[in-house]
Amino acid sequence: MKRLFLALMLLAAVVRADAPESVYQLDATLTNQSGERHHLDKHLGHPVLVTMFYGSCPMACPLLIDTMRSIERTVAPAERAKMRFLLISIDPDRDTVAKLNELATSRKLDTSRWTLARTDETSVRKIAAVLGIQYRKLPDGGYNHSSIVTLLSPDGTIAYQSSVLGTADPELLAALQRQP
Amino acid sequence: MRKLMLALLLATSAANAAAAEQSATTVIPGGKFESVLPPAPGVKEVSLKPFQLDRRPVTNAQFATFLKTQPQWRRDKIAHIFADDQYLSHWQSPAEPRKEDLQRPVVNVSWFAATAYCESRGARLPTWYEWEYVAAASNTARDGRDDPAWRQQILNWYSRSGRDALPTVGSTPANFYGIQDLHGVIWEWVEDASGMLVSSDNREQGDPNVMRFCGEGALTMEQKENYATLMRIAMLSSMKARYTGGAMGFRCATGGRDGK
Repeated sequence: MKRLFLALMLLAAVVRADAPESVYQLDATLTNQSGERHHLDKHLGHPVLVTMFYGSCPMACPLLIDTMRSIERTVAPAERAKMRFLLISIDPDRDTVAKLNELATSRKLDTSRWTLARTDETSVRKIAAVLGIQYRKLPDGGYNHSSIVTLLSPDGTIAYQSSVLGTADPELLAALQRQP
Repeated sequence: MRKLMLALLLATSAANAAAAEQSATTVIPGGKFESVLPPAPGVKEVSLKPFQLDRRPVTNAQFATFLKTQPQWRRDKIAHIFADDQYLSHWQSPAEPRKEDLQRPVVNVSWFAATAYCESRGARLPTWYEWEYVAAASNTARDGRDDPAWRQQILNWYSRSGRDALPTVGSTPANFYGIQDLHGVIWEWVEDASGMLVSSDNREQGDPNVMRFCGEGALTMEQKENYATLMRIAMLSSMKARYTGGAMGFRCATGGRDGK
């Protein structure tokens, strides 16, 4: 226990949310699939795969989840335990907590490591901006949005961005291996 | 000493009066119009709810007042992810614009900083459709885009040399709605600047293997003769949210958003 405490202290000393390029400097509050509110930097200290999606998306968004799952499956168990997966909805009107919860259940996501989250419209814009994700609402209620999986370093700095869908991008896996 | 106090008091009240005057807004009635960016293939019209828009762009003086209460947006304090190195580089110090710039539109501001400013007023940036809708008006008509004389006037404004000093705000005639400086002074940030997707979407049209964008619709630009507006779209979609530009400013809006 004492050793764990020491390790945590060391981690806290090394990993800071105010690293110059950390996206965690953005002040944004998310609500997860269980209705719990937390700051964008909830997974500070972990390598995080983050993407933006909308629940009613017919094609690329299910594929985004598949892509993140194949990365999860590909990495070694020790690395997997450290990793966190964050999906932020760009559709706050329709992606309610209940909808997110339903999606987490139907896709059998392990919520100890996976978070489906929603936030207000303004925060969606800002998060998309720091992640370099473009989106646009369509008249039918759907969205055009860039399908990018971003790897965040433990301090929240963008380590790699991949637009490879369907399989685990080898470049992203390599970047993941370089994470502390 | 008493004279100094008095002078300061006078200066403050004058500055406050100026700030209040320039953030005056005008109600823009809702309506329908054809954008140069159709919302989806086959959908021509865009519907807008009524909203309020600043009559003039935000000035250096107004931005300086904002920095007093939110100093984290000063150029010496701002986080690197929220602005590039050119941010407010035309100011004489991190807290002060040059005197001659006070009533000129604030430029060299990033989307993040512009958004924060508007939020401090309980407002937001206008959406692209809101901006385009209001900018379609001539001095006399709600939609002046088919008026050759108006179109020529706009092009004349755009051909102004980029080396000239920016005019002070309110230097162009009010349009149909009473809004000034939409053309011929600065480029302006909009809330959804990064979502215009023009080049990316067109480039990837018809290539199902490269699915960087989720969604069925590809945007196409219409009204190719509407050169000045298309230039703006090209400009905005090339900017990242942390970028700044020497002629890139903004104004704020409140009220109904489009697309709902």
